[in-house]
Amino acid sequence: MSLEVIQLSKIYGQQKALDNISFKAEKGQILGFLGPNGAGKSTTMKIATGYLLPDEGDVKIHGLSVLEEPKAISRMVGYLPEHNPLYLDMYVKEFLSFIGGLYSMSGKNLQSSIADMITLCGLEREAQKKIGQLSKGYRQRVGLAKALIHDPKVIILDEPTTGLDPNQLVEIRRLIKDISQNKTLILSTHIMQEVEMLCDQVVIINKGKIVAADQLKNLKQASGKSILLLEVEEKLELEWFATIGTVSFHNQEQTAIQIAVEDSHEGRKQTLQVLQEKGLNLLSIQVKERNLESIFHQITQSS
Amino acid sequence: MRALYWKEINGFLSNLSGYLILSVFLVSIGLIVWVFPDTSVLEYGFADLEPLFFYTPYVFLFLIPAITMKMIAEEKRSGTWELLMTSPLSINKIILAKYLAALSLIVIALLPTLIYYFSMVELGEPRGNIDHAGFFGSWIGLVLIGAVFASIGILGSSLTSHQMVAFVWGVFICFLMYFGLTALVQLNIMSPLALFLEELSLSYHYQSMARGVIDGQNLGYFLMIIVLMLGLTGIIIRKK
Repeated sequence: MSLEVIQLSKIYGQQKALDNISFKAEKGQILGFLGPNGAGKSTTMKIATGYLLPDEGDVKIHGLSVLEEPKAISRMVGYLPEHNPLYLDMYVKEFLSFIGGLYSMSGKNLQSSIADMITLCGLEREAQKKIGQLSKGYRQRVGLAKALIHDPKVIILDEPTTGLDPNQLVEIRRLIKDISQNKTLILSTHIMQEVEMLCDQVVIINKGKIVAADQLKNLKQASGKSILLLEVEEKLELEWFATIGTVSFHNQEQTAIQIAVEDSHEGRKQTLQVLQEKGLNLLSIQVKERNLESIFHQITQSS
Repeated sequence: MRALYWKEINGFLSNLSGYLILSVFLVSIGLIVWVFPDTSVLEYGFADLEPLFFYTPYVFLFLIPAITMKMIAEEKRSGTWELLMTSPLSINKIILAKYLAALSLIVIALLPTLIYYFSMVELGEPRGNIDHAGFFGSWIGLVLIGAVFASIGILGSSLTSHQMVAFVWGVFICFLMYFGLTALVQLNIMSPLALFLEELSLSYHYQSMARGVIDGQNLGYFLMIIVLMLGLTGIIIRKK
């Protein structure tokens, strides 16, 4: 197991920021760490990188405890903090070479790592600039390059895509997907599409407690019904579809309805059969799978 | 550690404010030693650099906290502290790298005053008739005072995340260590402790170095204060 969070608790004053949370992340997988603001995502990540000490529990990375060997762990972990702190008056290359120096890299090894990072993170055009002159997206890339330069085994990214424009989003996500092979990657976010696109495994926390932890596909499967939305030219009657699932009208003209079904595939088949029997002219049919966003809402608001 | 040391040095010297601080130091020392009639060695009548050694600690009082104020406070404010703390460098190494950088900058600031020695040698009557041991003893004393002030400045910088507050802390503690204790001794109620307090104060040890004697006791005192201040810095950082 490459990263193991064991019964972690952290208390800030009166408030329990983390309450006995445990989960595991495996090599070659991206673990999505979700939760509303203030749920304890960043706190967990800061403990895992050794920046904060837990009040109880431990984090183990490749068998080493963050409490006992924080410095050995820092060599294995690449970390992009939430606010992506950078030295704004340093040049991109200068910054990367400084960071490499902190990890005792030097000479040719360092130079080639810097060159690799610049290519990998798409910083070629900006490499000669000061970090302060870069746009937010490029600063984020510099932050990623910083997290990756010492070739860490475990990568921890705290909301890596906040504040990026749609193009940058796509590129950074692609980059994250690329680097995740052969590494353990933990990513916190509250953008659900991102998790659906990137992650294999999901841990959802709320108010310091884990409320769901599973493979993404299991989580989606367990969450129940899909919605079929169909529109025809003629007026519809609800009872025609009553055997398929829970039906309700979707517009006032009663030409569109939505049906909540257990199995979207079976539901679609039956619906089309009904349409054929009644001789209706289909205008459109849509299947809305339950997505992570609704699962997230459901879990974090009920708990 | 070397990377952090050079980052601090480059950070200071690639910045206009760094040069400003250095030039203010050299200009004010130059004015005091050569120009202002009350203190100028040219008016003094003896081939002696007494004003340099007497007034430099006063200038240091402001110069050194100005050099060190950013070192920890600014990193905390901008969040880059997290970046250092999650690097493989231990807290002690981070503090030491920053301290050594501050010390190097102070030595860089002091180096040009060595030229004064050669000027003085020329001014002596007959030529070269100056107290060489006194000069170098005092000059090393100045470096040591700078070294102590730097450790105090680093401590000040660790107390807060605002540069200005760090500066004020630095100036205040330096002032207390250099002048405050000596001033206390002069209070009547302190008379039973007078010798003890006197020996704790920086100025006492500095003056005894200025006689040209570099003895183990004085060196030990300076070293002890530096270790104490940096140790305290470490404790404060760990607590936060």
